[in-house]
Amino acid sequence: MIAFFEAIGRYVISILETIGGCVRLFIETFGFLVRGHWRPSLTVMQMSFLGVNSLMIVLMTTTFAGMVIALQLAHVAVQYGVGKMVGGSASLAMTRELGPMLTAIVVAGRAGSAITAEIGSMKVTEQIDAMKMLAVSPTGYLVVPRLLAMLIMVPILTLFSDISGLIGGSVVAFENAGIPYLVFWDSVRQLTLMSDLTLGLFKSMIFGIQVAIISCYQGLNAGRGAAGVGQATTSSVVMSMVVVFITNFILSSLMFQVN
Amino acid sequence: MADSTAKVHTVMGEREPLKDDAIVIEHLKIAFGPKEILKDLTFTVKRGEVLVLMGLSGTGKSTTLRAIAGLLKPTSGRVIVNGHSIPDLTSLELEALRRRIGFCFQHGALFDSMTVGENVAFGLREHTKLPEEEIQRIVAEKLSIVDLEGMEHLYPSQLSGGMQKRASFARTIATDPDIVLYDEPTTGLDPIISRVINELILDLQRRLKATSLVITHDLKGAYLIADKILMLHQGLPVFLGTPNEFQTTTDPHVVQFREGEMVGPIRV
Repeated sequence: MIAFFEAIGRYVISILETIGGCVRLFIETFGFLVRGHWRPSLTVMQMSFLGVNSLMIVLMTTTFAGMVIALQLAHVAVQYGVGKMVGGSASLAMTRELGPMLTAIVVAGRAGSAITAEIGSMKVTEQIDAMKMLAVSPTGYLVVPRLLAMLIMVPILTLFSDISGLIGGSVVAFENAGIPYLVFWDSVRQLTLMSDLTLGLFKSMIFGIQVAIISCYQGLNAGRGAAGVGQATTSSVVMSMVVVFITNFILSSLMFQVN
Repeated sequence: MADSTAKVHTVMGEREPLKDDAIVIEHLKIAFGPKEILKDLTFTVKRGEVLVLMGLSGTGKSTTLRAIAGLLKPTSGRVIVNGHSIPDLTSLELEALRRRIGFCFQHGALFDSMTVGENVAFGLREHTKLPEEEIQRIVAEKLSIVDLEGMEHLYPSQLSGGMQKRASFARTIATDPDIVLYDEPTTGLDPIISRVINELILDLQRRLKATSLVITHDLKGAYLIADKILMLHQGLPVFLGTPNEFQTTTDPHVVQFREGEMVGPIRV
């Protein structure tokens, strides 16, 4: 019985340590940004690797998400005579919730795992120590460009997600429920406020920061050998997803109050 | 006699010479959980001295180097490098001190996403405003002295283990460090290249008054480069003296290690 509580205690302590470590890493990274140590060329490289290369998978995921929302909404809406509102409803769902969250989840799975694996592999082969010994901070050299890249690219990807989801939704609404494209997009225009879009993009910026920090932290603290890197990568993706879901709920609650 | 207070010219610019006691270790103890790696280590390395660390694997040699480099925090005791207590430095102060420390890692630790040339140029690009042509010249020169001429454009994965080690050595010395920590720089290298590396260690010592700590199992190399030899056993120093004293001492630990005997106070 005591062993059971000890195990729970150890688990809680490790979670608190990880949260503390991530906060510390964020503050350290923020310090570099404030001092103007931006490393533009590395940031652009990471924007391409983490952002541009994630575009296709983000588009695929969100297009089908938009299609399935329209599929569920369209028939019911037409039955109740509010088919004109399908576009707007799908748009609210995409811009406020699904676009930012699905993008963040896909980015955590694709780019976040790549960040952790790369930095983790550098850790176990002493490349991080070598960087420190060459008087270059791994936070400044590795974390800052990745955080900036995520901060810039996740909202851009989210914008693409919103659009692709709605395009997919409009096609399904037309093909399955006969809702004309013009009616769908007119509803999108009428029901979606600019604030829905901007708050959604703001959420995605927060998610981008969270995924970048968690992924880098897990990489910098990877255990020994290939197994350590594998474990860190898994932890990074799982933790990113959980944090994104929790943050999404908190931010949405606040957004709802604002609206 | 050379002026010991004269500024030293390096590729990183002019710098003050090191203090006379370049590295001071006092009652250093390092433990990982219940396991004590270093139990009570005290020694001093004077400016311009080459200290060779010897002993069986797992006796705390690399741990000592990592503590001096600030990569490991001591459990207790003091680590003072050029007058600075390493565990008490802020990260920025430590970074500033590390600009004059070189660390040659046992397994190279080359950045695998960069070419060999980019690896060697890394410190120069980060910390100097040297023109690119000058950086390229220094890179070519350093690679040429470790017999890796023209290999700037290869990636570490395209090199053999020994070549990676030599490239790592070139990266370590590219910034003209005046404290250099070598973790088995010649292990796995052929005798000729080992000799070249040992001569380079001495060259740095002569040219920059560099203070070096070298971990090696190569007795011949140790006798060539060492001003002093420190032998560790189970986290404790068992011998500290000159290479001559090392070769003539009757200390049973040293005799067993020197002669490669299986029987003696060192249990394998």
